[in-house]
Amino acid sequence: MMEVIGLNADVTIQQSLFYILTTLLPIMVIAATPLVLASTGELIVEKSGVLNLGVEGMMVMGAVIGFITAVETGTPVAGFILAAVAGGLLALIFGFLTQVLLSNQVATGLALTLFGLGLAALMGQTYTGIRPPQTARIDIPFVSDAPVLGQMLFSYDWIVYFALALVGAVWWFLNRTRAGLVLRAVGENHDAAHALGYRVIAIRLAAIAFGGACAGMGGAYLSLVRVPQWSEGMTAGIGWIALAIVVFASWKPGRVIIGAWLFGGVTILQLNIQAANLNVLGIAAIVLAVVTIGMIALNLRSMTAKNWIRVAFLGALALLSWAMALTWPAFRLDSAYLSMTPYLMTIVVLVAISGDRTRAALNAPASLGRVFHASS
Amino acid sequence: MNTLLDISGLRKAYPGVVANDDVAFDIAPGEVHALLGENGAGKSTLVKMIYGLVQPDEGQMHLHGRPYAPTSPKDARAAGVSMVFQHFSLFEALSVRENIALGLDEAIAPRVLADRIRSVSKDYGLPLDPDRLIGDLSVGERQRVEIVRCLLQDPRLLIMDEPTSVLTPQEVNILFDTLRLLSKRGVAILYISHKLDEIRVLCDRATILRGGKVVATCIPRDETPRSLAEMMIGSTLADPPLRRAVPGRTLLKLTGLSLPTHDPFGVSLQGIDLTLHAGEVTGIAGVAGNGQDELVEVLSGEQLVEPGMIRLDNTPVGGLSPNRRRSLGLLTAPEERLGHAAAPDMSLTDNTMLTGRVRQRLSTQGFLKWNVASNFARAVIKQFDVRTPGVDTPARALSGGNLQKFVIGREVMQKPRVLVVNQPTWGVDAAAAASIRQSLRDLAAAGASVLVISQDLDELMEMSDQFAVIAGGKLSPTRPAGSISIEEIGRMMGGGDAA
Repeated sequence: MMEVIGLNADVTIQQSLFYILTTLLPIMVIAATPLVLASTGELIVEKSGVLNLGVEGMMVMGAVIGFITAVETGTPVAGFILAAVAGGLLALIFGFLTQVLLSNQVATGLALTLFGLGLAALMGQTYTGIRPPQTARIDIPFVSDAPVLGQMLFSYDWIVYFALALVGAVWWFLNRTRAGLVLRAVGENHDAAHALGYRVIAIRLAAIAFGGACAGMGGAYLSLVRVPQWSEGMTAGIGWIALAIVVFASWKPGRVIIGAWLFGGVTILQLNIQAANLNVLGIAAIVLAVVTIGMIALNLRSMTAKNWIRVAFLGALALLSWAMALTWPAFRLDSAYLSMTPYLMTIVVLVAISGDRTRAALNAPASLGRVFHASS
Repeated sequence: MNTLLDISGLRKAYPGVVANDDVAFDIAPGEVHALLGENGAGKSTLVKMIYGLVQPDEGQMHLHGRPYAPTSPKDARAAGVSMVFQHFSLFEALSVRENIALGLDEAIAPRVLADRIRSVSKDYGLPLDPDRLIGDLSVGERQRVEIVRCLLQDPRLLIMDEPTSVLTPQEVNILFDTLRLLSKRGVAILYISHKLDEIRVLCDRATILRGGKVVATCIPRDETPRSLAEMMIGSTLADPPLRRAVPGRTLLKLTGLSLPTHDPFGVSLQGIDLTLHAGEVTGIAGVAGNGQDELVEVLSGEQLVEPGMIRLDNTPVGGLSPNRRRSLGLLTAPEERLGHAAAPDMSLTDNTMLTGRVRQRLSTQGFLKWNVASNFARAVIKQFDVRTPGVDTPARALSGGNLQKFVIGREVMQKPRVLVVNQPTWGVDAAAAASIRQSLRDLAAAGASVLVISQDLDELMEMSDQFAVIAGGKLSPTRPAGSISIEEIGRMMGGGDAA
């Protein structure tokens, strides 16, 4: 085991890199896929001006329905489809309560999470401990067998590619189509949209149903591919992270992928660090280096002096932790701290994002969470 | 005379109130027709029925001689009826082109639409850049967006709901030129306004509504503003008494007051100097969104600045909280009635407690004296003729004018040394506005200093002893009222000559 683990004192840099690219990266992408799906769905919901905090509940419903369907029919595709339907139906309950009966969105969303968790536990009782049928991987001859690149890019199941295509489609929908413009308009100022004759409630219900379907598929991916097993409460807070990613992405579809991979990556990293006894300092150095490069790449056109200082600071921090990793190769951290990291990361990133108030305010849908009542 | 739109016997009732009753009038092609009336006279309901937002209970409308019964704005637009709203139905975070695309029923390719926007806006003398964000535009430019949006659809009837209430005099002239050009090309315009002078200049005919009914139809050029106002109100008007105040000693002094904004659509205050004297009303004019809200927040203590930037009786107060300022006698009544000046779901007693606690000593050692608070609220209601069932009514249930009277009265009766009010008569009908203005003047006469921030130039000219203009977050030097012409003020409001 020790030879392939990497970042260990007696393993070369090439071996570590190989391990990261061919083993860690694919796991990270798989871990991120439910987040990509759920966040993309929630992004559409929030762009229409509705805050649905029930992502966790819709995901867990998708997980259980998808699992049951796949086990009973033997076809995972049916599982994913029914999971999407179940998520969408659950979301429509939320939609009916908040849009038609005008209930409070925050409270209803929380209730939806609790309801989903409870109902899923009840339905999945007899399915614990079963293995679901395997979801097929897309195998492209030769390409998938290519060393490193094949494993890095072409070793996934169809849902992974579907999720990425979905993000692209959502971007295109929001920025290039008239329907997307109407959706953004409804989220921006529902009174004005109503005055122009757009059907605010119908548009929002459609967005909510889409968000639920995406969350349901994300949940099914958890129980059918990522784990793959059904256990009660298996979403374990992923729905909440999906909500955080939408804010992290400042309501832009492309950034959802970055956010999901970042959060998914942290989750996987902490598991691997625990299992393989890796040096945390080395990992921290790599993560910091990636964030630094990412910051430069994202802000290339508008690098201000302030940004350069930030980048320099992060880079210095990366070098420092790398030096520390080399100095103390045997440094270990208690696993409890590692389990916290995804959540700590969420908090740190959200604080960092909200620090730039101007930008957040420009992208946030102005009617987010406000109750719409068509008083004439 | 041929008729474009003919309305007869229109009636619309809401629970507890008849908004329109047996309304009848007609509009000819190319005519500019004014719809006049006080707040609550039923103008809004009437145009909403014409634009398809509301369906009438009874009565008929005919357009081009054919029955016309729109069930949605889309129907209305398809029939050639367009509307420019009083509160613009625009989306701040979207571009001009996207906003216009949203208002069109057919989908047009973005590039084609951008070209059409440029050509129509040039044709009518309303320059617009299709790629700018609405949030970056001035109010006048936003209105242009609305008008261009309507023009792109080739309307036969254009409804304008109080279009000039937020414009500078120069912008009003541009708008009138556009409207006259439209009317020359055969487009009928239904023009709703409070401003009687404008109606006399612009409109061919006027229909006057009172209490949901048509009370008169006249040719505005043949009437005086006074006779029009009396038709609207249904009684004769009293002239405001003339008055000359001698400025007393300095009460409030702003020195180099600056505050950068964090809101992407906000305005930064830049080096504001202002001196307020006892016994004086100071007016600040300006187009909305030029720093008025920010200035009020700084004065009320919602935004803190360096202590020395604001001095009350020569004591630095710029770093004090709203309550500390209140105890020293600096009181504020902000513009937004529901949600800023008053908590909508709380009773009038609660709302009195919120601003009156410190200065009226409505609490002892942390315990609230509700009896005293409700007595004070009752006194405000009585003194300021606030029509409400009682002090336990939630603020939301009051009509705009009544709530405004309450909000102003609540501050005036706390005997402030300096009172700052923003838009004291916005959306308030003529009679209530007159009584609010009178109470503010009385307050100044009793030795306090009153700062009135308003977009209504006539109001400021009538009330103020000294006068300044805010534009782009900068304040002009104060000038004695009467020493400055409307044209000059208009130029300053446009930001052309803030010095």
